[in-house]
Amino acid sequence: MASRFDGVDFYDVASLLSEDERAVQATVRQWVDEKLLPVINRHYVEGTFPKELIPEMAQLGFLGANLPEQYGCAGLGNVAYGLIMQELERGDSGIRSFASVQGGLVMYPIFAFGSEEQKRRWLPKLASGELIGCFGLTEPDFGSNPGGMITTARETGGGWVLNGAKMWITNGSMAGVAIIWAKTGAVDDARSIRGFIVPTDTPGFTAKDQKGKLSLRASDTSELVLQDVTVGKDALLPASQGLKSPLMCLTQARYGIAWGVVGAAMACYDEALRYGKQRVMFGRPIAGFQLQQQRLADMLTEITKAQLLVLQLGRMKDAGTMTPEQVSLAKRNNVDMACECAREARRLLGANGILVEYAAMRHLVNLESVYTYEGTHDMHTLILGEAVTGLSAFE
Amino acid sequence: MKIAVCIKRVPDTETRIRIAADGVSADEAGVKFILNPYDEFAVEEALQRKEKAGAGEVVVIALGPDAAQETMRTALAMGADRGVLLRADAIPADVLAVAKALAAELKDGGYDLVLFGKIAADDCAQAVGPMTAELLGLPCVTAVSKLELDGGKGVAHREIEGGVEVVEFALPAVLTADKGLNTPRYPALKGIMAAKKKPVEVKPVTFAAPRLRVAALEMPPARKEGRIVGEGPDAVPELVRLLREEAKVL
Repeated sequence: MASRFDGVDFYDVASLLSEDERAVQATVRQWVDEKLLPVINRHYVEGTFPKELIPEMAQLGFLGANLPEQYGCAGLGNVAYGLIMQELERGDSGIRSFASVQGGLVMYPIFAFGSEEQKRRWLPKLASGELIGCFGLTEPDFGSNPGGMITTARETGGGWVLNGAKMWITNGSMAGVAIIWAKTGAVDDARSIRGFIVPTDTPGFTAKDQKGKLSLRASDTSELVLQDVTVGKDALLPASQGLKSPLMCLTQARYGIAWGVVGAAMACYDEALRYGKQRVMFGRPIAGFQLQQQRLADMLTEITKAQLLVLQLGRMKDAGTMTPEQVSLAKRNNVDMACECAREARRLLGANGILVEYAAMRHLVNLESVYTYEGTHDMHTLILGEAVTGLSAFE
Repeated sequence: MKIAVCIKRVPDTETRIRIAADGVSADEAGVKFILNPYDEFAVEEALQRKEKAGAGEVVVIALGPDAAQETMRTALAMGADRGVLLRADAIPADVLAVAKALAAELKDGGYDLVLFGKIAADDCAQAVGPMTAELLGLPCVTAVSKLELDGGKGVAHREIEGGVEVVEFALPAVLTADKGLNTPRYPALKGIMAAKKKPVEVKPVTFAAPRLRVAALEMPPARKEGRIVGEGPDAVPELVRLLREEAKVL
């Protein structure tokens, strides 16, 4: 067992944090060391989500932590929220994904687009972990192009009838409630997309676990099928309006990802550094060889840049000035950076690097999913391209 | 039930300590400070006692620089109600001076129980708790690993060499907490936010002329590199000779 994680902070970023931000980070860091890391390898190998950790995660306030206290949440700022994601993903991307989805993709849309009655009804249960949620936007044939979705919601006398299928849904099988995005108008009318709060025990709603994953194995990924799912009028998120609404949710989740992956990269760097100092080859520690030092220097440099990037992003989010394009830049840069760190760490570890006892390869294969989900790396490239040129390459 | 917990801000136990240029103190640059680990047991015990009683107050008291307020907030985030910082630029090496300052603060506080950690991770004096008890004229039980309270009486278990000592005492009393007493809770995020709003009273303290000063601080000598004297049974006579003549352990 590696000794306690002490953070990667070459530029004294801690001095840029407030006292309560540091305290939040310390709690999550300690929890990850003591509760998550001892069980993550077993869950990863067995392909199960560590459900037993949910009550304590909720009790400590990790779910929807940046939402207001009046709904049972911790009421933290966005930097503290980011630090939670960073520390959770230092443990495993699957656990961070769980928290990202619950907070950024389920609680946030209810908070942002829900009625006061909906907020009071759903948010406290989601914050306390009593209820798990999932977010249904992506469809089998509509990933990067969610506006093309074919799931429909038709208004009836008493409510709505939903039909369609959703794919790659994190928390899908264990969720008690799903935020489903569907077209209320013509199939080519992306402006008619609205959000619905759908209890998963509604007749016609089924979830099927996605088999055969080689990545994010400690995460529940499912396919949802909605066949004549009938819900009341109060299922509609009244303020949701068009594709822009789910994209606002994705901005929240991507913000958390940009922070989270820095944690995965830190875990890999920390492991590589410790290993390099201990592993002796040719009579001396391999960390003394120039090639390994370049690996470590590159990792440290990229992690430090990414740390400062998300910190400023968080300050802008708190100030209300953050743009979705700035989130795209951070998600794109940091996930790519984390993938590189994980790969180089795995290589520095030599043959041991392929074992589950070491974290690098688990992070490496997890991060391949993170690279693709929540807007692929390529899509974020095009979003930035459009932002600076004014010319869309995909629409 | 009104409980005081006396806590200390100490360098993180995993920090590599460097001696400062003055040769008599630790260099604080880049050192992370934490709530003394044994004090966490004391804070947790106080919180559990209050929760069990269903009413009361847990007051954390620290002596140290302004920076000790961040440490104090860890205890407040765990659930303590308020804090008192006895502000001093430096903590005196003469632990009796610390005990006197704490006793003066505790004397008229009306506490049923005063808790300490059994030892501070930095100076390892194990003295402030018992000295404070003596100054207050209260019974003192050190290194408590199990505690039962019933009315005005308490029973404490102490792990001693090769066994357990069971001690009875009357309240109010001063106890120092050992590992095993409980499992300290994590400061929950809501608790961290709530701690920002909890009152911390800052009172400057002054000390009489010190009767004790640190004359020097030295790192333990670097361990010499090991020596391989040979392999297999052939090496045994040489090994025995060295253990007898050089190491003088046989």
